[in-house]
Amino acid sequence: MVERSATAGVGTASSDAAAATQAEISAEMATQAEISAEMAAIERDSRPDEPQPRLAYPPYRSSILRHPTMAPHRVDPEAVELLAPVFGDRDVDPLDADLTVQHDGQPIGERIVVTGRVLDGDGRPVAGQLVEIWQANAAGRYRHQRDQHAAPLDPNFTGTGRCLTGPDGGYRFTTIKPGPYPWLNHHNAWRPAHLHFSLFGTAFTQRLITQLYFPGDPLFALDPIYRSITDQRARDRLVAAYDHDVTRHQWCTGYRWDIVLTGTGRTWTEQGAHP
Amino acid sequence: MTGAPLAATPGQTIGPFFGDALPYDGGEHLVPSDHPDAVRLTGRVLDGDGEPVPDALLEIWQADGLGRLARHPGSLRRDGHTFTGWGRAATDGTGRYGFTTVPPGPTVEGRPPFIAMTVFARGLLDRLFTRVYLPGREDYAADPLLAALPENRRHTLIAVPQDSGLCFDLRLQGEDETVFLSYRERSR
Repeated sequence: MVERSATAGVGTASSDAAAATQAEISAEMATQAEISAEMAAIERDSRPDEPQPRLAYPPYRSSILRHPTMAPHRVDPEAVELLAPVFGDRDVDPLDADLTVQHDGQPIGERIVVTGRVLDGDGRPVAGQLVEIWQANAAGRYRHQRDQHAAPLDPNFTGTGRCLTGPDGGYRFTTIKPGPYPWLNHHNAWRPAHLHFSLFGTAFTQRLITQLYFPGDPLFALDPIYRSITDQRARDRLVAAYDHDVTRHQWCTGYRWDIVLTGTGRTWTEQGAHP
Repeated sequence: MTGAPLAATPGQTIGPFFGDALPYDGGEHLVPSDHPDAVRLTGRVLDGDGEPVPDALLEIWQADGLGRLARHPGSLRRDGHTFTGWGRAATDGTGRYGFTTVPPGPTVEGRPPFIAMTVFARGLLDRLFTRVYLPGREDYAADPLLAALPENRRHTLIAVPQDSGLCFDLRLQGEDETVFLSYRERSR
């Protein structure tokens, strides 16, 4: 099954191919109770300190054929892996950080500001680096052609944004709060509302794509993507905090979310690398 | 800097709906097609059943032909002549991707050059790292990674000459599963 319903007649060739593959995995759709039981069983056997999602996480059905079975090979990063691509004002327009001004009218929904800092593992800011986001609209619908959820598109909302971090690693987006949406992992499956975030560090090794969630979402306990991270403390790192100091009078509510990339590029760059 | 390291933010899958956000015009062209040293790097992303993965995103990062690491912006809006060393391409409906680039020169004297690659896909809960080594080199044994790999897995990291370009397939799972990497961090 695909992540969202590819209704007959409107799916693309690619979604049809994915649907055929996934159909072979699960002949019949599991119930939420079955998925929840699978997730609970995995958590009972998990260590308390797994910091990252499991790649092999069967409750997320699409992961079954798409995770490596061999452990990753551990290497010392080399010169090219100790640096990251450079982005600049040439690449990003300041208006790209406001997802509510990309069309003639205002998008429907709860206007929010999401802001925070991008840091490395030593707490140093990642400055001048690219941050990209994408999301569903307030009704829980993506603009993407494969999203066939029976919720309205918003002609005033594309749902994609970019910015460069400031000298302190800070980023800031203005957008609208996305809605939760249904998908076909199992019967009556709904994803918690989220923003997709794409981040670069100072080293190639720090590349990260992840999702920001909103506090107190009732769908957390039911969602196999969120729960593929088995440690609650690690999951909590994906949940933004409501911040009344970010909220603006008569304008929008505010959320704060800091992102910590793996490792520390500088130590390596000073001692391990090239010329 | 001393003190306990901060806990890293966990990754999550790229999901199926990145197509309007991440791919962009020119993303796969690190150099123009008419660049004198241009080479086409193509391949497929395959799942554990050998079926194509039509919703994957690949990024590459590499030195130029002389082994120099670019420090220039402009990857998202290319000017047609500055080599930025970075590119991004989504797979098509048949799981195929393609980049137009130059073969990288060595960044470490005496070791074979490679292109660093990141893999994202729906169904893949966190990104994967790997390396694409160039074919036909005589210095593979000098590379710590290639030397450490068993013979029957080494070939998964070496591109194959094809027509006038290079072919590098990614097998996420199963027979001939691509070698994926994790990076050691220096102790503080």
